[in-house]
Amino acid sequence: MLWKNTYNEFIKILAKPRSYIGLAALTLLILIILFAMKADGRMYISFVTASFEQTLSFNGNILNGNLIAFIVLQMLIVHIPLLVALVTGDLLSGEAAMGTLRMLLTKPISRSQVVISKLIAAAVYTLILVVWMGFLALIVGRWMFGTGDLIVLNSDGLVILNYADVLWRYGLAFAVAYLALMTIATLSIAFSAFADNSIGPIVSTMAVIILFTIIGSLDVSVFDHVKPWLFTTHMASWRSFFSDPVPWSAIWESVWILLGHNILFVAIAIFKFKRKDITT
Amino acid sequence: MNQEPIIEVKGLQKNFGAFTAVKDVSFTVNKGDVFGFLGPNGAGKSTTMRCMLSLIKPNAGQINIFGKNLFEARNEILAQVGSIVEKPDFYKYLSARKNLEIFARISGADVSQQTIFETLDFVGLTGREKDKVGGFSHGMRQRLGIAQTLLHQPELIILDEPTTGLDPQGIIEVRDLILRLKNEQNKTVILSSHQLAEIEHVANRMVIINKGQTIIEGSVSELMNAQETLLSIELLQRANEALHLLQQQFSNIKGEVISPKTLELNVERNLIPAINSALVNGGFAVVALEPKRTLEDFFIQMTQN
Repeated sequence: MLWKNTYNEFIKILAKPRSYIGLAALTLLILIILFAMKADGRMYISFVTASFEQTLSFNGNILNGNLIAFIVLQMLIVHIPLLVALVTGDLLSGEAAMGTLRMLLTKPISRSQVVISKLIAAAVYTLILVVWMGFLALIVGRWMFGTGDLIVLNSDGLVILNYADVLWRYGLAFAVAYLALMTIATLSIAFSAFADNSIGPIVSTMAVIILFTIIGSLDVSVFDHVKPWLFTTHMASWRSFFSDPVPWSAIWESVWILLGHNILFVAIAIFKFKRKDITT
Repeated sequence: MNQEPIIEVKGLQKNFGAFTAVKDVSFTVNKGDVFGFLGPNGAGKSTTMRCMLSLIKPNAGQINIFGKNLFEARNEILAQVGSIVEKPDFYKYLSARKNLEIFARISGADVSQQTIFETLDFVGLTGREKDKVGGFSHGMRQRLGIAQTLLHQPELIILDEPTTGLDPQGIIEVRDLILRLKNEQNKTVILSSHQLAEIEHVANRMVIINKGQTIIEGSVSELMNAQETLLSIELLQRANEALHLLQQQFSNIKGEVISPKTLELNVERNLIPAINSALVNGGFAVVALEPKRTLEDFFIQMTQN
């Protein structure tokens, strides 16, 4: 029954116009970035490298597909959570608002299975978003700008990564970015279990992200004990793959904390949904 | 009529915070019944229906369906139940057929494409299977809702206010569908409504609830016959003498002459044939006998008391 309902969830996501808003918005944003970089990328790069030009000499194709993919990831990882929440926040509450939840829950399928099948569908949808972002940023970026060494500006300074040493980093960076986006998906599903309208969980998810991000960026000692446990602190941990050497222990810590949040949010969603009176 | 109980609801109670929606509802539905679930708006009908489908968890009471506790054998029971709660809602962006496929897939039975087309035909939606439900009228959605309840050939069908919002033609169509379910497919049907004529026309047994409590339960005809009705009798002439004759033959009969040709009596419905015979045997030419009190009066009397 779980897989049958998961199949149903895919049909619903595929048929819903809002599912394509995320993909279309993502495509448009990346194409705009690619176009802007093609038109005026040299100036953008020189703005970044200007402070190092007295001590360093930059040769070769700096504005290459690898750098473009990094810029795209950097710019969009903040916005993609909204595109994910737009679909996943609607999965349970949207059905409640439509009245179809009532129909669904009079069938011989347990409520836990309903949540899990929606979670699987959300995971696949989020994966499609990330893979599509990777394709546009890395593959189309390399096709338009060619390849070359990747120069990344970190808090420690400039990191120069050989072009042959970049692809695996992107693979793992996209995997961690996916885990971060799944945290957003599970959070919005948890909110969705409490709500009977579509907008509430989407707005609540974004509100939590903004709140946690602000707390994370405030340089106040009272939040020092909280910050390491906020999932937003670890959403940018994909960047760590572009450090040299790679800080594996910090990355693993982020992965565990993000996984923990995923499990917590799914547990909350199931706990609430199993006890919910369906009155809509 | 087979007296095998299909549903037994005992002492059902449901609170939403401080508000008690259902206080004490009990009734039994037997196999093959078209069972009317009657009550005014806010009586607790929908809450009871939702409890029977495990959409709402009651605070107290017991619901046994097919001899099993609903909350212990939920999936097993729901696999044999088809239902519409309040109004059938569908995925508006999908076609009628796709909607039925979605619900069929999780119905607990293997439902073939042929069954889907046959069911659409049964409810009169052949030719509209590829149309998106968003463009359907309320009546068409109601019929699609009934199709959805039938896909997996359930033994029991629960319909909560299935004619709400329908035009007279739509009401007749749904009523006809319910009768066909009983007569052609031998289904047990529970039908909640505040449209009393609907129950009167299709149900053989019923329960009346009000303010979250069971008021009365029994066979529709027995409940109707046990109640006094206002009987209007139209004769060719001599209404006064007719009343005198009837008062001699039937003890405690109350009535009055309205005109030389018309009299009205307060009598139990089951006495009407005997009154007719007495008048004919007494030489009176009876033009019409019209019981003026219906289930509606009975219902109002019960719920107001």
